[in-house]
Amino acid sequence: MTPEIGQFALALALVLALIQSVLPMLGAVRNNSLWMQSATATAIGQCLFLAIAFAALMRSFIVSDFTVVNVVQNSNSLQPLLFKIAGTWGSHEGSLLLWVLILAVFGLGVALFGSNIPAALRARTLSVQAWISVGFVSFMLLTSNPFERVFPPPADGTDLNPLLQDIGLALHPPLLYFGYVGFSIVFSFAVAALIEGRVDAAWARWVRPWTLAAWMSLTAGIALGSWWAYYELGWGGWWFWDPVENVSFMPWLLGTALLHSAIVTEKRGAFKSWTILLAILTFSLSLLGTFIVRSGLLTSVHAFAVDPERGLYILGLLALSIGGSLALFAWRAPEMERGGIFAPISREAGLLLNNLLLAVATGTVLFGTLYPLFYEAMTDDKISVGPPFFNAGFIPIMLPLVFLMGLGPFLSWKRADLRGLVQRLGAIAVISALASLAVWYLTTGGPALAVLALALAFWLFLATLREWAGRIKLFSAPFSESRRRARNLPRAAHGMTLAHAGLAIGMMGFIGSTAWKTEEIVFVTPGTTVAIAGFDVRFDGTERVSGPNYVADRGALVVTRDGEPVTTLYPERRFYPVAQSTTTESAIRSTIAGDLYASLATPASEEVANGAWTLRILYEPLVLFIWLGAVMLVLGGAMSLSDRRLRIGAPKRKAAIAMQVEPAE
Amino acid sequence: MKRIVFLLPILLVVVMGGFLLWGLNPERNPNEIPSVLIAQPIPEFSLEPVEGLETPGLNAAVLREMDEVVVVNVFASWCVPCRAEHAVLTRMVREDGVRLMGINYKDKPADAVKWLDNLGNPYERIGSDLNGRAGIEWGISGVPETFIIGADGTVLYRYVGPVVGEAAESKFLIALAQARAEQGEGE
Repeated sequence: MTPEIGQFALALALVLALIQSVLPMLGAVRNNSLWMQSATATAIGQCLFLAIAFAALMRSFIVSDFTVVNVVQNSNSLQPLLFKIAGTWGSHEGSLLLWVLILAVFGLGVALFGSNIPAALRARTLSVQAWISVGFVSFMLLTSNPFERVFPPPADGTDLNPLLQDIGLALHPPLLYFGYVGFSIVFSFAVAALIEGRVDAAWARWVRPWTLAAWMSLTAGIALGSWWAYYELGWGGWWFWDPVENVSFMPWLLGTALLHSAIVTEKRGAFKSWTILLAILTFSLSLLGTFIVRSGLLTSVHAFAVDPERGLYILGLLALSIGGSLALFAWRAPEMERGGIFAPISREAGLLLNNLLLAVATGTVLFGTLYPLFYEAMTDDKISVGPPFFNAGFIPIMLPLVFLMGLGPFLSWKRADLRGLVQRLGAIAVISALASLAVWYLTTGGPALAVLALALAFWLFLATLREWAGRIKLFSAPFSESRRRARNLPRAAHGMTLAHAGLAIGMMGFIGSTAWKTEEIVFVTPGTTVAIAGFDVRFDGTERVSGPNYVADRGALVVTRDGEPVTTLYPERRFYPVAQSTTTESAIRSTIAGDLYASLATPASEEVANGAWTLRILYEPLVLFIWLGAVMLVLGGAMSLSDRRLRIGAPKRKAAIAMQVEPAE
Repeated sequence: MKRIVFLLPILLVVVMGGFLLWGLNPERNPNEIPSVLIAQPIPEFSLEPVEGLETPGLNAAVLREMDEVVVVNVFASWCVPCRAEHAVLTRMVREDGVRLMGINYKDKPADAVKWLDNLGNPYERIGSDLNGRAGIEWGISGVPETFIIGADGTVLYRYVGPVVGEAAESKFLIALAQARAEQGEGE
């Protein structure tokens, strides 16, 4: 019964979305406030029905209802409860349901918290959001019904892909989707503004919190996915430039550009059409990602089951939404009035350069991701584009951006003072260069690029702190004065400091773990000792252990340093009998200086030695900094989001006047 | 003029959409890497032995004169999957009587020697492809790759990636058995 309720709720959500896609828009045209107001009710209803559908599917997973095809294919009665729940979004159908639910949640957000937005803009935005909703809910009902039944029901399910049975990956899709799909509301705002033909500073202020919320989740989602790849795949890497990784990274890059260009639109009324274009393109890249992951267009390790019919439907949706919005852009954007002028050295110019670099970086990743497809279409040959291309194309764009990031916050609007800038930042530039040279000397060499990148990471970190310290007059004024200033500083400014410093720290992690990584791959028999990065690792053999739905060989590695015991690592190799597949569970000793990482591969051939294993041991300096940096980025975003200015919208002029009048009474 | 700038995004997207539509062609499987070499004579190449190893080198002429189905495996000491594959290939040489030839792809001779000392050397001949030139002739997309060569010197089968795991091994052994059967009919 429950699955039928779910399907019925899904159909009702579609009906409400259809109403919402027409009525409020017409209301805005005819200035009928009742029709415009209807969007609130339909947005609430839509979200409610999709939540019911989602809950119905989740219940089928929790109680292991094997009459539902989706549950059979992605769950098993022996699975721990957490992974049964995670199985809800482990399949194409289930994750799509989550996708539309989040779409509706953002619509609900605007319906409930958007009371400061002009009624017409709000009505149009919600209508546009409903257009997307109609497209994807109908896609589900027509091609990917998650509630399909099977008769006779099998005795048990075929298990969720064991690689996905992990806490990191259980949480990764919801966060990632929240970011991905969150950009939909920004897209809807942009399209609504184009239809209305008016973009102003206030528009940018309404859009910014939604962009920030989506960006934060996307940051957290990508970091979580990367963390999962790091410890679960057993290769010790945290980023592989896989197409599916890239499609989540591109909206992030462009979303970051959008965050910054929206500031210019808000503060200076400039970059209007550019901000609109970024809002459209960011969500378009999210849609492209959805398409690539679900159509089997490119080779990737984590694509869903392939079905060309589904691919065609999504491509049609893409053509309508992206094509339609960009056509609208080409038609309406040229009429937008231009914003204020600015000097070549000013905050506007800095942010313009920031946007250009981020857009070029996004273009590079997009080109590299789709190049195999272009190449195959043109020549009928197949190639793969790997990390060398992305590293060579992406890093040279990022380094100037990081330099600019250190500089940018010091620049004032309209016209900045170059000489003063050099005076204030010269010392920091010298310190950064010296510090990275010291690292280079202490580590006895390393790639020149790593040394340069490290210098820039120091630069960014120090310059960010310097800017913050300057604002609150740290050390140059009494401490109580600094504290007062820190309290009065807008939270957005604290947020920026935290996020920029977080990127600097993350960068140190990227550089350290790439350039100074050491790796040993050896055959080990009980008693073998391996020396790596000053540690001695002794393999003490393996034992058989069993989990709820797997059996594992767990190795014991005693780690010592100069004869002193450090720790014991237990890497595992798990076999999941139902899914007939094997996973590695690496064991990691994490410290702030670096991670000692061990994973067991398949046993070596029988003849080399009895009971021998292939052991992979890595020492990756500063990996922890990557996750720390990601946390700081997210917290910085959260802090900025909690800024009073965004929380309550523009201060109402009338109220302000009333306040001034009051004391006189 | 200004209008044209604003038209650019949609024009780019339309072109991209065309490619995406083409990519959806159900006949197309991005995971399958076809080889232009299948049913063709082996490419011309000549490789010196690996320095410091007694195993002789490998070239096209030698392969043509084998008069038996042989297997050519492209490997490198820096390639982790090759390590796993090595055990499988060793077993095939021992149990299935496979005649195994190696192309040591872009590898330092010293590393290759150490690797083979460590794991054992199941190869009858190994050519050292230092600059990857032979790899281009063979059209490989990465290491490891394994080819089955007929007695008459034609390429019969190509396996991309490590021949490891039940599915891969049975696929490979079936292809090998077929190659041998066809050669048997020919005689």
